[in-house]
Amino acid sequence: MGDEVERKDAPEPEDERPLPEEQPVGEPPRQRSGILGALRGLVLPLLALFTALVVGAFIIILTDFELMGLWASDPVAALAASWSSVTATYGALLRGSIGDPGALIGAIVTLDGDAFRRAFIPLSETIISATPLVFTGLSVALAFRVGLFNIGAEGQLYLGGLLAVIVGFSLTGLPFFIHLPLALAAGFAGGALWGFIPGLLKARTGAHEVIVTIMLNFVAYNLINWALKTPLVQREGRSDPISKIIEPSAALVPIFEGLRAHWGIVIALLAAVAVWWLLFRSTKGFEFRAVGFNPRAARYAGMSIAWSTVMSMVIAGGLAGLAGTAVILSGSGTLSPGFSPGFGFDGIVVALVGNTRPLGVVAAAFLFGALRAGATPMQSATGTPLDLVVVIQALVILFVAAPALVRAIYRIRAERVTGSEVFAKGWGS
Amino acid sequence: MKLELRGITKRFPGVVANRDVDLVVQPGEIHGLLGENGAGKTTLMNILYGLYQPDEGEILIDDAPVSFDGPGDAIDAGIGMVHQHFMLVPVFTVTENVMLGVEETSGPLGALDRDAARRRIVEISERHGLRIDPDAVVEDLPVGVRQRVEIVKTLYRQSNVLVLDEPSAVLTPQETEELFGIMRSLVEGGTSIVFITHKLNEVLEIADRITVLHHGQVAGTTTPDATTREDLAAMMVGRQVDLVVDKDPATPGDPVLEVRDLVVRDERGHTSVNGLSLTVRAGEILAIAGVQGNGQSELVEAIAGLRDIERGEILIDGHAYGTDPRAIYAAGVAHVPEDRMEEGLVGDFTVADNLILTSYWHPPYSKGMQLDGDAIVASANDLVEQFDVRTPSIFNPVSNLSGGNQQKVIAAREFSRPLRLIIAAQPTRGLDVGSIEYIHGRIVEKRDEGTAVLIVATEIEEVLALGDRIAVMFQGRIVDTLDPSEATSERLGLLMGGAHPEDVDVEEAELAPARTVTDG
Amino acid sequence: MTAATASMTRADRRLRTRQRVLGLIYLGLAVVMVIGFGVSVGGGVDSTFTLTPGNAPVTVPDLVVPSAGTAYLLATVVAFAGAIQLTRGFGARWALILGLVAFAFVFAFLTWVASAQSMNLTGLLQTTVQRAVPIAFGALSGILCERAGVVNIAIEGMLLSGAFVSAVVASATDNPWLGVGAAILMGGILAALLAVLAIRYRVDQIIAGFFINILVTGLTAFLSVRILQPYQQELNVPPRLGQIHIPLLSDIPVLGPILFQHNIFVYTLFALIIVIHLGLFYTRWGLRVRAVGEHPKAADTVGIDVYFVRYRNVILGGMVAGLGGAYFTIGSTGGFEREMTAGRGYIGLAAMIFGGWNPIGGFLAGLVFGFADAIQSRLSILSIAIPSEFLLMVPYLVTIIVVAGLVGRARAPAADGKPYVKE
Repeated sequence: MGDEVERKDAPEPEDERPLPEEQPVGEPPRQRSGILGALRGLVLPLLALFTALVVGAFIIILTDFELMGLWASDPVAALAASWSSVTATYGALLRGSIGDPGALIGAIVTLDGDAFRRAFIPLSETIISATPLVFTGLSVALAFRVGLFNIGAEGQLYLGGLLAVIVGFSLTGLPFFIHLPLALAAGFAGGALWGFIPGLLKARTGAHEVIVTIMLNFVAYNLINWALKTPLVQREGRSDPISKIIEPSAALVPIFEGLRAHWGIVIALLAAVAVWWLLFRSTKGFEFRAVGFNPRAARYAGMSIAWSTVMSMVIAGGLAGLAGTAVILSGSGTLSPGFSPGFGFDGIVVALVGNTRPLGVVAAAFLFGALRAGATPMQSATGTPLDLVVVIQALVILFVAAPALVRAIYRIRAERVTGSEVFAKGWGS
Repeated sequence: MKLELRGITKRFPGVVANRDVDLVVQPGEIHGLLGENGAGKTTLMNILYGLYQPDEGEILIDDAPVSFDGPGDAIDAGIGMVHQHFMLVPVFTVTENVMLGVEETSGPLGALDRDAARRRIVEISERHGLRIDPDAVVEDLPVGVRQRVEIVKTLYRQSNVLVLDEPSAVLTPQETEELFGIMRSLVEGGTSIVFITHKLNEVLEIADRITVLHHGQVAGTTTPDATTREDLAAMMVGRQVDLVVDKDPATPGDPVLEVRDLVVRDERGHTSVNGLSLTVRAGEILAIAGVQGNGQSELVEAIAGLRDIERGEILIDGHAYGTDPRAIYAAGVAHVPEDRMEEGLVGDFTVADNLILTSYWHPPYSKGMQLDGDAIVASANDLVEQFDVRTPSIFNPVSNLSGGNQQKVIAAREFSRPLRLIIAAQPTRGLDVGSIEYIHGRIVEKRDEGTAVLIVATEIEEVLALGDRIAVMFQGRIVDTLDPSEATSERLGLLMGGAHPEDVDVEEAELAPARTVTDG
Repeated sequence: MTAATASMTRADRRLRTRQRVLGLIYLGLAVVMVIGFGVSVGGGVDSTFTLTPGNAPVTVPDLVVPSAGTAYLLATVVAFAGAIQLTRGFGARWALILGLVAFAFVFAFLTWVASAQSMNLTGLLQTTVQRAVPIAFGALSGILCERAGVVNIAIEGMLLSGAFVSAVVASATDNPWLGVGAAILMGGILAALLAVLAIRYRVDQIIAGFFINILVTGLTAFLSVRILQPYQQELNVPPRLGQIHIPLLSDIPVLGPILFQHNIFVYTLFALIIVIHLGLFYTRWGLRVRAVGEHPKAADTVGIDVYFVRYRNVILGGMVAGLGGAYFTIGSTGGFEREMTAGRGYIGLAAMIFGGWNPIGGFLAGLVFGFADAIQSRLSILSIAIPSEFLLMVPYLVTIIVVAGLVGRARAPAADGKPYVKE
C-alpha cells in the first residue's frame, strides 16, 4: 500500500525544476544554460571554501597567545593585529600558490626569461601539487559514480609508485617514448591490482569496499616499506628505505626549463578527458552511472552489476596508481615511504568538492594543489603552521558534504539534491 | 474497550489516502476492514497506531478523544498492531522481541529479567493457544510462528484492541485456520480485533462486522449475515464508471509466449510461482488479474530474464533465453516493469538517457564503445514528440517528470522497437485518467499490429478493459482463465480472493450461460 | 517447506566448501611448520622461554623445549585437525579448532624464533597487552556506535584528539586526572558532531567520520606547531599515570605480570569490556541499543526513540575513544606528537569487525593484533629473517578475510550505517 504515498500525478510548477544535474549524452552546445549550470554548481563549493577560510581565520586568531593578552587590554589593537595576522597568512598562502601579480604581469610584459621563471615558480609548484590530486580525485570520483567509496586511493597510489619505480630503474637503454609509457603502464597496473581486490571481493562476497580499501592502504604501506629494503629495490649502499633512481628515459621532465612543473599535468588532464569520455560518452560509462544511481534499473536493463563494480574499481585503482607514478617519475625519481603526504585522502576531498565531475575534479585539484603549494611558503613567511591547510580541507569537506549547513549559514533556498545518499548504506550491503 | 475513528482524513502529496472515514469497533468484536490494495486500509491503521497524524478527524477510546504522537502513546492506550511486515528483530529471541520496549528488569541498573518475561510469555501463549518457544531466535522461525510472536507481543503489552494488517497474506490455509482459532479465543477474553484483509471468504468467516473501504472512503458497513460475497466484492471494487478502451475484437495468431509448468522462487527462497502455464498469442492481450503478492512479480521477472527459473520453461517464439535480458530484448520483447522509479528508470538520468536504457549497447545509439550523441538526441526528440512526453527538454532528469510522463518515457522506450511481445506489470499504477487512457491506447495499438501482450494488473477495471482473455492468478498459479464477456468484477473479485472456480460457477450458473475454458 | 530445505542445501554447500578450504589451509600450515620451523632448525637445538620479567619478586623456572621436536609435534596436531576438517569437519566447533590451530602455529613459530636462544615470553605478552589497549578502546568505541547503527570510522580522530587534549590539560593543570577527563569530554564532543552530521543532517556516515579524522589530524598538527612547540614545558610535559600493581593478583606467576602490572587505563579497559558486554547483552539499555542497530523501525513501533538511542550511544562511544586516546600520552609516553596514534583507530575498527561487534571479541582481536605488533618489534632484537612488515600486515589481512567471509563471516548490525527516516 506504499504506492499511495508515491503517487505523483500533479505536474510540478515550471520554476521548481532545477537545471540538468549532469551533462547528458549528446547535449547540444547550449552555452547559456551550460555556463549557468556550471556557475550554479560552483556556488556551494565556493561558499564552502569561503566558510572554511573564515573558520580558519578564527583558528589563527584564537591560537595566537600574544593576541590573547591584547584582547583584554586593548581590544581595538587586538582586532587590528588579528586582521593583519589573518591577511598576512592568507596573503602568503596566495603568493606561495599563485605568485605576486605584479611580478606575473611584469614577466609577461618584459618576456624576460629569468623574471618569467621566478614569477611563475608559485604556479609551477601549484601545478606539481595538483597533478597527483587530479589523478586521485578522478579515481575517487569514478568509483563514486558507480556507488563505491574508494578510500583506498592512498594504497593504490603506493602500489602504482612501486611498480613504476621498478620499471623506471630496472629497464635500461630504452628510448624515452618506450620507457616512459612502460613505466606509466606499470604504475597504472599496480594501482589497478590494488583496486581489483576490493572490487572483486565486493562483487563476489559483498565485502564492504570501505573496510577493504582502508585495510589495503595499510597493507600497501607495509608492503612498500618491505620492498624498499629488498636488494631488488633498495638503493645500493643505503640502509634507509629508499629505492634506486629511475633512468632518465622514464622521467617526466619539466615542461619549461627552470620550472619544476612537469609533463605529468598533461597526462593528468588527458586522464580527466578520458574519464569524462568513459563516464559520459561511452557505453561502459553509461552502465557505470546506471549501476551507481539505481542498481535495480541497471539489472533490468541487462547490465552486470558485478562487472561494473570490478571494472570501475580497477580503473579507479589504476588512476590512483598513476598519481603515485607521476610523483615518482618526476623530481628526484625515487620512491621512499613518505612520498605521499596523503594524496589519496585528498583525492576524496577533491572528488567531493568537484562534485564527481572530471572538470570539477580538475578545478578542485588545482584549488587544493594551490593550498598545498602555498602552505610551505606561508609557514616560512608568517610562522603559521602549514597544517592549517589540512584543517581548511576538512572544513571544506564538512560544508560540501552537509550542504544543509552552508544553506543554513547563508540562508539559501534549498534545491533538490540528487545522488547525495547514493553512498549511504551499511557495511553489509 | 470501545474504539472509534471519526471523520478521519489523511492527505499525502497528490493523493487523499483517507477521506472522512468513520469506524467503530465495539468491545469484544472482530471487525473486518475490507478493501483492495491501495484502498487506504494501512494508512488508516497507521493513524490509529500513532505512526501518522490525521489531517482531520479524531480517535476516541471509550468515547473519550485521544491523540497519539507516536506508537508509544497508542501502546499505552491499549492498542496493539501486527504489521503486515513483521516488526521483529531477526537476531533476537522470541523473549527479547516480546519484551522490547516494556522490559522486565531487576535491580537499579536495568538488568533484564528474562525469566520473568519468559514466564509471562509462556503463560500468555498457554492461555490463548499460541504455541511458541520463548528461546527460539526469530530469524529461524517460519512466518506463521513469527506472526504468533507478534500477537504475543501485543498481548504482553495488555492490548485491548488488536489490529491485524493482512495477517493471512503470508500464511498457508492451515495456518490461517489456526490464526482464526486464536482470534476467536482472544475475543472471548474481551479483546477487540480489527482484521484488515482483501479476502472475502476470510472476512465472512471470522468477522462480526465488516467495513468496506474503497478509494480511501467507507463504501459501507455490514455484518456477515446481512451480506454476500458478491455484494462485498461489488462494494470493494466499486461501481464507478468503467474505463472504456476503444478496441476491436482480437485476432489471435500463433503463440508467441509459452510458459510451461513454471516454478520460480522469490528472494527469500519461497516458491512464489508454482507450476504455472500460460500461452499468449500474437495479436491478443492476456490480462492477469490477482491480488498483489501472488507471484505476479516473479512471473514477470522470470519472463524478462531477470530471475532464475527453478523448473519448467519459458519460450518466446519457440526459443528459451534463460536469464539473458538483452537477448530477450533483442528478440523483440518489451518489458514495462512493475515499479517505474525503482526499476524502470534511472531517476537521475535525463529523459534522453532513459530512452536508451534498454538499447544503448547497439546501433544506432552506439558504435563500439562510443555512444552516438546525435543519434540519441535525434531519437529522443522524436520519441518525446511521438509519445507526447511532457518535459521541458530531453535533458531533464526523469525524476522531475510526473508519473504519467515517466510511464510515457518507458512506453516510448519499450514500444518503439520492432516487437513480438509486451510484458507490462501494473502499467497504469498511480496514473491519472488521461495517462491511463494513453497507455492503454498504445498497448491496444501494438496488439493490433500483431504483438502479443501480457498485462499484470491488480485493478479489476483495468483487467476488464484491456484483456482479450483474463487469467486469474492466486498463490502462484492460474486458477482460471475467462473471456471478458463472462468476467464480471464480482466474479473476478471472488477468484482473486481465493474462491474455487467451481464454487463461483455454481453460484453464477444462471448468470454466466456460456463459458469457454481456455488453456491455463 | 521445500523452500526451506532448498536454501539449507545452498548454505550447506557453501559451508562444505569453506570446510574444505579451511582443511587445506590447516594442512598447508602443517607443512610450513615442519619445513620452516622444524627442518630449518635441525635437531639438538632447544628453545628457551623466560617466564619471569626482570623485576618480579617470584621467579618461575624457564621453559625449555626442543625446537624442532616441538614444531613436529605441533605440526602433527595441526595436520590431524586439517585431515578431520577436510573429511568430516568439526561442525559447530570449527571456531574452537581454528583457534587451536592458530595457537599451535604461533607457538611453533615462537619456538623457531627462540631456537638456540632465550625469549622472554612474559615480557612479550605484557607488551602485547600494552599494545592492545588503544586498539581495544577503539574497538569498544566502534562497538558502542555500530551496535546502535552508526558507523564510526572517526575512531582514529577521536583517539588522536584524546591524546592531544589530555596531554595539554594534564600539563597545564599538572593533574593527570583532569587530562583524562578532558580527553573523555573531547571524544564526546567529536562524537556529538559525528552524531549530528549522521543523524540530523544524514551526511554519509563514512564521509562524516572521514571529515573528523582529517579535521583532528590537521588541528592537532597545527596546534602542536603553533602552541606546543613554543610552550613545550608548560603544555606538553604531562604528568603520567604510573603502574599500579594490583595486590595479590600481580603476584600470580606469569599471569600476574601480564595482566595486573599496568596503569589505570588497562584496568579501566578491563572494567569497560565487562560493563559494556554485560550492558549490551543483559540490560534494558543493551536490548534497546541492539534493537535500534538491527531493526530501527521495529524499535520505533514499540515506542523506543531511535534518534535518542543513537545520539547517546555515539557520544558514549566517543568518550570511550577519547579515554583511549589519553593512554597514548599520559598513559604511556607522556608528550603529544603529531599523528602519534598511527592508524590505531583503524586497527580498532578492524578489531571490532574481527571480534564480531562484541566487546570481549573485540578485546581478543585487539590482543591478536597487539601480539603481532609486539612480536614484530622484537624480531630485529632476535635477528630473525622475517620482515616485520609482514607481521604488521596481519591485522589488516585478517580483517579483509573476515569481512569477505572467507573464514566464517562476521555479521554487522543489520542497520549499521543506514540513516533512519521516521515516517
